Amino acid sequence: MGKVTYREIAGQGAAYWTAVLACALVAAAGLGAALYMRAEGHHVSGMNEQIVWGMPHVFAVFLIVAASGALNVASIASVFGRSLYKPLARLSGLLAVALLIGGLWNLVLDLGRPGHILAAVLYPNFRSIFAWNIYLYTGFLVIVGFYLWFMMERRLNPHTHAVGVLAFLWRLVLTTGTGSIFGFLAARSAYDSAVMAPLFILMSFAFGLAIFVLVLMAGFHVVGRPIGARLLARLKTLLAVFVAGVMYFVAVFHLTNLYMAGHRGVESFLLVTGGIYPALFWGGQVLIGGVVPLVLLLRRRPPGDAPGLTRVLAWAAALVVFGGLCQVYVIIIGGQAYPLQLFPGMIVHSSFYDGVVHSYIPRWPETTLAVSGVAVVGLIVLLAVRLLPFLPESLADEVVSAHAPPPKAGEPAVGA
Amino acid sequence: MTDEDREIQGAGAAGGEAGAPDAVRRRLLAMAGAAAALVLAPGVTVLARDLAVKGARGGRVRYGLLIDARACRTGCDACVRACQDYNGLSRDPGPDNAQWIRKVTITDPGTGFTRSFPVMCQHCADGACVDVCPTGASFRRPDGIVLVDKHRCIGCRYCLMACPYKARSFVGRNVTDQRPWAPRGKGTAEGCTLCVERVTAGDLPACVAACQRAGHKAMTFGNLHDPKSAIAVRLSEVATTTLRADLGMRPGVHYRGI
Repeated sequence: MGKVTYREIAGQGAAYWTAVLACALVAAAGLGAALYMRAEGHHVSGMNEQIVWGMPHVFAVFLIVAASGALNVASIASVFGRSLYKPLARLSGLLAVALLIGGLWNLVLDLGRPGHILAAVLYPNFRSIFAWNIYLYTGFLVIVGFYLWFMMERRLNPHTHAVGVLAFLWRLVLTTGTGSIFGFLAARSAYDSAVMAPLFILMSFAFGLAIFVLVLMAGFHVVGRPIGARLLARLKTLLAVFVAGVMYFVAVFHLTNLYMAGHRGVESFLLVTGGIYPALFWGGQVLIGGVVPLVLLLRRRPPGDAPGLTRVLAWAAALVVFGGLCQVYVIIIGGQAYPLQLFPGMIVHSSFYDGVVHSYIPRWPETTLAVSGVAVVGLIVLLAVRLLPFLPESLADEVVSAHAPPPKAGEPAVGA
Repeated sequence: MTDEDREIQGAGAAGGEAGAPDAVRRRLLAMAGAAAALVLAPGVTVLARDLAVKGARGGRVRYGLLIDARACRTGCDACVRACQDYNGLSRDPGPDNAQWIRKVTITDPGTGFTRSFPVMCQHCADGACVDVCPTGASFRRPDGIVLVDKHRCIGCRYCLMACPYKARSFVGRNVTDQRPWAPRGKGTAEGCTLCVERVTAGDLPACVAACQRAGHKAMTFGNLHDPKSAIAVRLSEVATTTLRADLGMRPGVHYRGI
């Protein structure tokens, strides 16, 4: 039986309050931008009748997908019994909740009539995957809330496994639902694929873990708590597997589309001729967000080199986040920029921009709203770790080893 | 909250991880099964209900249009103007402005064959806009006309994403000069109403009336389910098609000559 001590962070320094204030200000700016768009209409944003979903949706989808992935660390501990990750489970649950709220913040505030959101609860149309998602998102918040409670309340600890299993299953369905928002759009050549659902699940694994790693490292660095080489090595391997998984599904998605003659136009647009979209795909998503992190993560390192591992893992995680944003941008904006195939094979002209590639230049209102979702995540995490004992006092090898089986060959030994 | 240390139980709650790979595998399979059931069950339920509803469909009235692209004149936009004037829409074709009906010109790059004709909401029997709307604001009347309930629309624009005909618009500006019969709401989706109040009163939609006034007679309106109606008779005599018929949405607007 091992023992991990959790403690709230002191959070009395100027740096802490500066961070809280900065997040609060950006969140308030986002709220102001949303109110401005509501008052003037969405024409003040870069979104229009052609590009109907813009930057707020890119950040919202990224955050929501990452939310379910951030819960993976807790799932690995309490569902799959890998006790090494147990000390991280609370932070994992907290980040999952915070990321989902940040994503929903963007999504709801960008609505044409955010004040009418209750209509989605009062008059749900269950043929709509959007309506399902509303229940999946709120259900996720409730389940992970209970999960955190069960983890933090000693008397309820024995039930953590059961809630953990429910949360894990729920998160798989949730990400399937988010991917299906696009996968069900038969009208748009860039979507319309069942691969969207598993692709989004893999994206959630990678993005969620990358953000978790960054928050964990930043938090422990600032409050001066140690993370051992053994845990870092495990996270490094896990992130590499997830990044490779995303790349595999991206390859499957595009190769199947390329095989189908009817989809070659949109593939050519997204991969070669589409200007910014191929650049973001190859440069941002594949190279910076995929190949470089994989090389960094898979290169052999001397065992027990905690500082080196920290550097490599932090860089790789940051690149995965950047690549992930590029990927979601290409999916959402690139998918809309390519014209609808109303008359396949024909040259089409109209006053409503039929048959032409649509341009999208994000303007300040929707960009401010998009970034404010991230600030909301930061605000929730900063306040939560100060008020409640989410962070373990130490993740040094000798602490996490009490929760894990002996290291396998090739892994750094405890205390190395 | 005190600084009291919290103890977390070890591997006990999670079940044994070592020494029982079969048990772990079995549990994993059980969870995969449960996840698959969770994903599939709602879809199967909805599909079953939908099939039951569809079986009961087939009312006596389904309004629709027949557009004869051979009779539609290139350069004539009488139908578009009539719609804009009647429904209080802007004539500015800016990227932010709604267009309930527009003239589309198609050219076959291989043969040079060209046609110009109007495209509007196709008032589908199985419209994607109705399916994807989370609140049911996008709905189909028993007479086949597809409308947006402005009170329920939350402005998510999923219908704009889903419609293959680009027939939905989003009101992204403050609206002025609204017509009492065509209320518009900033922040909501909208589209061709087939001039529902005119149709209910026994008149033709504004676009069809304008086309007839212009003398082209390229648009025919009527009840598709009445075998004696002019539109049903014409549809039974000549070869027509619907746009993106492959998507299976069963549009109420038919085209001839494209």
